[in-house]
Amino acid sequence: MSKQFTPNNPLPQEAPVPEEIATFSEAVEAEIDGHLAKYPLKRSAILPLMFIVQRERGYLDKPGVAYLADRLGVRVTDIWEVATFYSMINTEPVGKYHLQVCRTLSCKIVGADKITEHCKSRLGIKPGETSEDGQFSLSEVECLGSCGTAPMMQIGFDYYENLTPEKVDELIEQCRSNQLSNGVR
Amino acid sequence: MFIGAIGCEPLQLARVQLERSESLETYQKHGGYESLRKVLDGMSPDDVIGELKKSALRGRGGAGFPTGMKWSFVPKDSPKPKYVVCNADESEPGTFKDRYIMERDPHMLIEGMLIAAYALGSKTCYIYTRGEYRYIIEIMDRAIAEARAAGLVGEKILGKDFACEVYTHSGAGAYICGEETALLNSLEGLRGHPRMKPPFPAVAGLYGCPTVVNNVETLTAVPDIIRMGGEAYQKLGTEKSGGTKLWSVSGHVNRPGVYELPMGYADMEKFIMEDCQGIPNGRKLKAVIPGGSSVYIMPASDIEGKNVTMDYEGLVAAGSMVGSGGFIVMDDTVDIFESTKNLTEFYKHESCGWCTPCREGTDWLVKVFKRIARGEGKPDDAQLLLDLCDNIEGKSFCPLGDAASWPIQSAIKKFPEDFRRHLAPLAGGNGHKSLSTL
Repeated sequence: MSKQFTPNNPLPQEAPVPEEIATFSEAVEAEIDGHLAKYPLKRSAILPLMFIVQRERGYLDKPGVAYLADRLGVRVTDIWEVATFYSMINTEPVGKYHLQVCRTLSCKIVGADKITEHCKSRLGIKPGETSEDGQFSLSEVECLGSCGTAPMMQIGFDYYENLTPEKVDELIEQCRSNQLSNGVR
Repeated sequence: MFIGAIGCEPLQLARVQLERSESLETYQKHGGYESLRKVLDGMSPDDVIGELKKSALRGRGGAGFPTGMKWSFVPKDSPKPKYVVCNADESEPGTFKDRYIMERDPHMLIEGMLIAAYALGSKTCYIYTRGEYRYIIEIMDRAIAEARAAGLVGEKILGKDFACEVYTHSGAGAYICGEETALLNSLEGLRGHPRMKPPFPAVAGLYGCPTVVNNVETLTAVPDIIRMGGEAYQKLGTEKSGGTKLWSVSGHVNRPGVYELPMGYADMEKFIMEDCQGIPNGRKLKAVIPGGSSVYIMPASDIEGKNVTMDYEGLVAAGSMVGSGGFIVMDDTVDIFESTKNLTEFYKHESCGWCTPCREGTDWLVKVFKRIARGEGKPDDAQLLLDLCDNIEGKSFCPLGDAASWPIQSAIKKFPEDFRRHLAPLAGGNGHKSLSTL
């Protein structure tokens, strides 16, 4: 006979695992304090702090989330709720160089597709993927406000405009030889 | 890329070509912070708002609401702190003017915000910048630090009894945060969902306190309005659309860029063919989206020989809107079905998911566009798109739903051929009854 669920026979529950909490250097803690000082409510600093955690840990991982919840005095779910809303917050690891090609209309009509295709063939990955060696991620993103200098892409936070396939080759070559900043800051 | 004024003396772009234009030294050498001094020296907050009203300045973010009136809605007797928030979330496809203002003349924005703070009784200003503009945030942070060191931000500004802080804040990739109440939620550390209005931010905005949210271009117009007087500023433009406006020109023109034009500039055809130096490769003009991706698309036939004036009234009369001034020019190689599909994918991606008409509606729009593009559409799909738009427009919680619908409605109306070409093979030829409505 199958077991019936009754209040006296609760479903087994996993014992809570203590959360690992990220730690940061004094300099980073001071930077975080600087952001917190701007707002009457700590929670307002959630996005600036997420960028710092991403910079320091590569992406917003569980220990990073636990740290933010603790630092901002909110629940872990509050952090996830915000993290999953914003496209620039990475809750999965991304490559060292994150190539983000604009796909929206002004770029599209002057050859954004060609740039994306070129990146795909040179890197051997599709938008949304990361190369096996963890060096490159490729994304198609929405309008980055660079329409007068289209087509364009962002690597990390850095803008690269008026792109041609040749320029893309140059950039990828510089990435491969670690001569280009990955634009993370 | 061109950056400058046509048809008027440059106001907002007066300093952008100068060497080290972003520095306090350059800004002050060319009259910077003199308007703030004038205000603190002897204008009351009501005087400032009065000049704004006379200037006929209208919000440059897209909605075009009169700025002076927006400021006057802030209750003077409220015991709560008041906030000035600059909307630098510039995300409307085709718009990039705010980026260049902040990159090249950050102090103009700081001065505009300080004058606004004085007029509204605020001690704190936030500049909410889209997360992708990290280098702009760095420029603004340096400019704020420079201004603070010079006694222009902080306590006792210019030695007067006026204190105000200015802070930058970074978004993290969400178009919806350009909607002012979503921006405020985001600034409070929440998901960027829009809020119910009323109450309007002027009454209950940031942290529930009276707040004015203005676009970068709006706030940077303020120092010039104070310097020259509201009336003189208004006269640069038309009676209802005062001053000058920045147009971000992209797409198929020989000289894209940021153009400062007097409101009422005539006419759009001359602007494209002469000022922007025409269409490349000898192609013909097919269409223009004049005010950022959310406004109605204009076919060349509504522009050529029609003497369309470039101001709020002129563009409405011509069947579109000023919006954010994101001016996207398309030549005759562009398939308007494809361009509309591209924008619809944008709105689907950027719908915040808060309300059903927009969340589900934009998803269905993209599904229908994609199946037509794959050659698997149904003969009635153009009508289906219009029906979906009808169920989104005016029925969504915030204007994003309208913004997603208008490009499709106008594209099907103005470019039926481009849709018919994709649908006719599915309908068994051009004679199918569903196509006769196109």
